[in-house]
Amino acid sequence: MMMKHRSHPLWKAFVVHRISGLALALFLPIHFIVLGLALEGAESLNSALRFSELPFVKAAEVFLVLLLAVHLLGGIRILILELTQLSWDQRALSRSAFGLSVAIAGIFLWSAV
Amino acid sequence: MKTKAKHLQVTIDRFDGESHYQTTHEVPTRDNQTVLDVVTWIQQHDDPTLSYRFACRVGMCGSCAMNINGEPKWSCRTHVNKVVDSGLKLTISPLRNMPILRDLSVDMTQFFDKWTQAVGYFVPTKTKDDPLPAILPDSRDRAKANQSIECINCGICYSACDVVAANDAYLGPAALNRAWTLMNDERDGGSKERLEAVSSDAGCHNCHSQHGCSTYCPNLLAPATSIAGLKRQTLLNVLPWGSRDD
Amino acid sequence: MIDARLYLLQRLTAIAMLPLIATHLILMIFAINGGLTAEEILGRTQGSIGWALFYGSFVLFAAVHGAIGFRTILYEWFIPNSRVCSIASIALLITLIGLGLRAVYAVTL
Repeated sequence: MMMKHRSHPLWKAFVVHRISGLALALFLPIHFIVLGLALEGAESLNSALRFSELPFVKAAEVFLVLLLAVHLLGGIRILILELTQLSWDQRALSRSAFGLSVAIAGIFLWSAV
Repeated sequence: MKTKAKHLQVTIDRFDGESHYQTTHEVPTRDNQTVLDVVTWIQQHDDPTLSYRFACRVGMCGSCAMNINGEPKWSCRTHVNKVVDSGLKLTISPLRNMPILRDLSVDMTQFFDKWTQAVGYFVPTKTKDDPLPAILPDSRDRAKANQSIECINCGICYSACDVVAANDAYLGPAALNRAWTLMNDERDGGSKERLEAVSSDAGCHNCHSQHGCSTYCPNLLAPATSIAGLKRQTLLNVLPWGSRDD
Repeated sequence: MIDARLYLLQRLTAIAMLPLIATHLILMIFAINGGLTAEEILGRTQGSIGWALFYGSFVLFAAVHGAIGFRTILYEWFIPNSRVCSIASIALLITLIGLGLRAVYAVTL
């Protein structure tokens, strides 16, 4: 089936919001289990944190920050649309949300290296 | 234009009541040719069994909507030269999200039933003996109703909506847009049952604001904005400090 | 699929998380600088009722918000059966609250 009806910015914004939310929800259990290692003492948490120094884990972290930022800012856009009477340009808002999220992930990367 | 004396390569998604298939047709190009002209030419010159719907031919009746190169549009108001490139390829399929009766004609029963389900009808509060209420054209509610009042039930928004595609029960943008128009009608007395209807698990809260409806509405209405209005209105009803319980 | 009640719950948890996520993002950017160690994290959080409340409420809001979203996505994209989706969603809710509060306990106690 042709999917051309999806080729507009707000449909893409929807997909980004949905995928980022789903990924965050599925990442959270791992996040919690790692932090739970502190129950076994600082050393087990440290061994997990050393694992996160690996380049691909670091890259995954940056990506997670991007997901969180894009879900936060995209969520603010949706709240503005649904819960306020402000008729701001949704397309411009979604583009700004995405740009700002990339910037936040960039700052995180800059701080991490 | 140099398209003169050339031929369009038209592919149509067909259904004969039992099986789905495609047919291809070569259609001579004409100046100012619309997609409705193309399907009419095919039915008259190439394949008389081709089934499609139309009535007014001028964008008033809303019966000729179909998917044109993957996008829901009125075939009567869609000029061929706006949707084909130099390859002159045109793909036509029926509207999505509705059962196909035959070829390009879909069964809109459920679409209209959902209007009723959403209490998309006027609930009078006065009798014919009462004086007509005076509604100022520039009053706040009239202005809000105005934004979404010109719907002609063509089904394009319903076809463009991926939430309808994913959830058969969802009332859809047209019915909810109509419900929102009535919520802003001072004369209407059905807001309580209407808010209940659009708060159900088939209601306005299923909308993910993908804006397919607002993107494709040929009358330039914004059903997504209307649905957002309904969401606010229903919350005002749910919240303890909410107002407007009329 | 989603009615006014669940919608409201998801939007309220979203609003509640706005300052929490913003804080979390800022904190991560500062904390990651120079590498993360358990001592650094625990030194900040251990024995702090403030951080326990911060992360405890964060976990609860995120669990409810995520479970409702997960239920809708599951229904629309994978299993169009409300019952199955509700059960899976409650399972996710319990998992997130269980593991989340355990993690908060681990780093703040």
